[in-house]
Amino acid sequence: MERADNRRALRPTRETGMISTLGAFMTKEIRHILRDRQTLVVLLMMPLVQVVLFGYALRSDVRDVRLAIVDPSPDYATLALRDRFTAGRRFKIVAIEPSMERVEPLFRRGAADLAVELDPDFAPHLESGEPAKVLVVVDASDPNTGATMQAYARAVIDLYEADLEANGKQPVRIIPAVRMRFNPTLESVNLFVPGLIALVLTLVSALMTAISLSREKERGTLEILLVSPLRPWQIIVGKVLPYLGLAFANVLTALLAASLIFHVPLRGSVTLLLAESILYSMVSLAIGVLVASLTDSQRVAMLVALLATMLPSTLLSGMIFPLASMPKLLQVLSNIVPAKWFIVIARGIMLKGVGLEHLWLETLVLFGMLLLLMTLAVRSFKPRVA
Amino acid sequence: MTAPAPKPVEPAIVARDLTRRFGSFTAVDNISFDVGQGEVFGFLGANGAGKTTAMKMLIGLLAPTSGEARVAGLDLKTETEEIRKRIGYMSQRFSLYEDLTVLENIALYGGIYQLSKETITERSSRMLEVLGLEDDLVARLPLGWKQKLAFSVALLHEPAIVFLDEPTGGVDPITRRQFWEMIYAAALRGTTVFVTTHYMDEAEYCDRISIMVDGKIAAMGTPLELKQKWNVPTIDELFVRLARPA
Amino acid sequence: MQVLRVLLRKEYLQIFRDRLMLRQMILMPFIQLLLLGSAATFEVKTARMYVVDNDMSTMSRGLVDRMRASGRFKLVGGSQSMQLANEELLARRADMILGLPAGLERTIVNSRSGSVQLVFNAEDGALAGVTNSYAQRIIQTYSREVGASLTPAALETSRIETRTRGWYNQELNYKHYMIPGILVQLLTVIGTLLTAMNIVREKEIGTLDQLNVTPIPRMTFIAAKLIPLLTIALVEFAIGMAIARWGFGVPIRGSIALIFFAGVIYLVVALGIGLYVSTIVHTQQQAMFVSFFMIMVYLLMSGLFTPIRSMPKWAQWMTEINPVKHFIVIMREVMLKGAGLADVARPLVVLAGMSVIVLSLAVRHYAKRAA
Repeated sequence: MERADNRRALRPTRETGMISTLGAFMTKEIRHILRDRQTLVVLLMMPLVQVVLFGYALRSDVRDVRLAIVDPSPDYATLALRDRFTAGRRFKIVAIEPSMERVEPLFRRGAADLAVELDPDFAPHLESGEPAKVLVVVDASDPNTGATMQAYARAVIDLYEADLEANGKQPVRIIPAVRMRFNPTLESVNLFVPGLIALVLTLVSALMTAISLSREKERGTLEILLVSPLRPWQIIVGKVLPYLGLAFANVLTALLAASLIFHVPLRGSVTLLLAESILYSMVSLAIGVLVASLTDSQRVAMLVALLATMLPSTLLSGMIFPLASMPKLLQVLSNIVPAKWFIVIARGIMLKGVGLEHLWLETLVLFGMLLLLMTLAVRSFKPRVA
Repeated sequence: MTAPAPKPVEPAIVARDLTRRFGSFTAVDNISFDVGQGEVFGFLGANGAGKTTAMKMLIGLLAPTSGEARVAGLDLKTETEEIRKRIGYMSQRFSLYEDLTVLENIALYGGIYQLSKETITERSSRMLEVLGLEDDLVARLPLGWKQKLAFSVALLHEPAIVFLDEPTGGVDPITRRQFWEMIYAAALRGTTVFVTTHYMDEAEYCDRISIMVDGKIAAMGTPLELKQKWNVPTIDELFVRLARPA
Repeated sequence: MQVLRVLLRKEYLQIFRDRLMLRQMILMPFIQLLLLGSAATFEVKTARMYVVDNDMSTMSRGLVDRMRASGRFKLVGGSQSMQLANEELLARRADMILGLPAGLERTIVNSRSGSVQLVFNAEDGALAGVTNSYAQRIIQTYSREVGASLTPAALETSRIETRTRGWYNQELNYKHYMIPGILVQLLTVIGTLLTAMNIVREKEIGTLDQLNVTPIPRMTFIAAKLIPLLTIALVEFAIGMAIARWGFGVPIRGSIALIFFAGVIYLVVALGIGLYVSTIVHTQQQAMFVSFFMIMVYLLMSGLFTPIRSMPKWAQWMTEINPVKHFIVIMREVMLKGAGLADVARPLVVLAGMSVIVLSLAVRHYAKRAA
């Protein structure tokens, strides 16, 4: 059936015929995409599900710290301090034990996050002017959370101590007014949506194009096209345009979901964002075409495309893991990952509302990559298939 | 070159009102036929007429929407696993393992049908001799040899019935001839051969044939009978006439 | 059984002849661990601080010094204009702004309280939060020092002597936290993705039909498929653990046997899911996409990247039915805390239960005859 379609499409040789040939070709491609319902469902669902997850479920703020108190000899002072911990909503006391040994199993089982061990002679020491000892033990498996929990605990203790010292006099308080710019609520979804767009675009543009092209190559139907009057670039365009459209639909869905349901900001120009998305998409498409022309089978194309596009795009682009936290080598390496530049652009437009005047460098880099990849792709396309 | 007439015992294959629907599309529409033991039965039809679907039902790969069948004397719906022990199959897409050698493939299927090691060794060497092959990775064999090998492997466990789905697709005429000689040899030994093909000239080689058009059996009988009844010189001609209104 | 043996032989032969896959198998743990291990961190390094000091007093300068002395803040610029500061923030030349208003010292001396400004670039959400914690800590300590210097005489040895200790991760090394999780991810991908692709490939080529026509019992076929994949995954696991231990210095404080035991149970679940996926798709491409999708959701909701405690209640409930979550808990507890069998009994039992359920569902769904 496929061969018949191709042959019919190949007959016209005049100029207008060539455009309709391209059209027929693209229609076939679109039909392919629509017929593969399962892949389509996954592609459309994935960004939506991720937006929902990140919007509703995945957060990094620290709440409900499970606190174990070790109070060998409770007195009015230790009780007062314990009250301070329960007063706020940050801590949840899960155990009160007389010794640290009783608390250790809780940590091992993951039932407690933090333990505060109080001096057995707490009040007597305070009254006599000697220092009363407090030991804060935190489960530091996750250093960041550990540090935050530790900071919370110390804040409570410090406040208690400051109130003691004041002795009627008001303690000195320097109060910081904190502003979190571009992401006031530290919502991870705000952080993630630009990365999500990049991911979706990469997935559809690079991965799917690579797979689809290599599949035609494997089946041999590509050779038919190459023998036709269609030039290589026209074949590439015809093959690739439907995927661009699909990627676009995906991005729009994700953006709509993000802004309507989660009020992810879009402070800058939507047009600019869409234009940059197209640019990035084309870079990914070029990579996909390049991968397909350099590999021999569908399986290999899948593998290489994964390694060359998905992996760096998720890991080295700053999408999930901040670039600032990575070792210098990886930071340098991330500069050849197109996704990295796009994420800077997307975050800039969405969260900061800046325009080209701040993003010209990144846009230029993407353009450069596009030109380079396109030349490579077209050049390696025809001889490879032979 | 005709095989002996079917013996007057239970037929190898009995199909009654076999139907298969996919949604609103009826691929196989109430077909009924018998295949005698030791017969070479040609199941003809155009691409998409429903041949492969029908065959898949008979070998237990696809459940019929309605209708009944008995294969090798056993009920298709309830005794499927028993049937599988008595049949062989060669699928349309070549389906031996390309990354294994000839002997490894034989050993695999021999083991699956629980043949003894001695039997496997004996039949392997015989097969290589008959086919004129050296042991090598199957991927390196030319297409014709692959097809013949697949056929031999389908017969490895000496099944009562062997189902061949378009076995001669894409091979040269000489290989096709050799293939049919192998089919006859099997039939002579008593194996029933159920073969689908869209090469109408191969119809002449069969004891009886049926022609499927749009899911229904449009004609059935020996090649000679059909040519006389419809007054055509070749089965090919008959097929064209039957298929045209479709 | 003879049949199982023959099938296993075929699977192993195919695996070892597949050069490409073998190479990929060896490389994968290395790439994943090295790359992910180095890149996957939310560690907070030095924050670039821009100071807008409109007070220019001893106190304001004292605070700036304290911030710098902590080693967590690097001074990258200063001026008296908040506008300039915001530009720096926008242009990503600074991560945070410390704003000290005019008259700060005087206000504090007179009324014993004053206010400063902290402005963070919160693009990288989590990082800003942690940096904020550090900054607040320093400001608090400074407040008390100022308090002490302002109040004449006596007291002021600190009343409460607080020490802190971080257990299980003395050096606060993020890698130790992330790498067990990365190992889990590796196993999940291999277990589920590879299984699905492997079986679907036979479907695509047509050899699956050939096998379905034979009298091979369903369970035998499935066992023959899953056992080799299980062994591959375990080899990968071993390689990964070796890299974690000797490449990254991640401690293995608990019993290795326990870890592998849990690994086997977990893999059965992962393989079962892969088997199930293979029964609902038709092409390798679909197998890849569907597997990826499922793996991604599982991984995200497992506590691997974001702490479970931070999730809303409903999401926390959902993690209970997530096998990845239980396995990560076991891995982290056993490796970092030296937990024993009794400590991880609960997640282990849950995993075992899941493996039984998932496998039976998948087997039930696999039919030799299509309906």
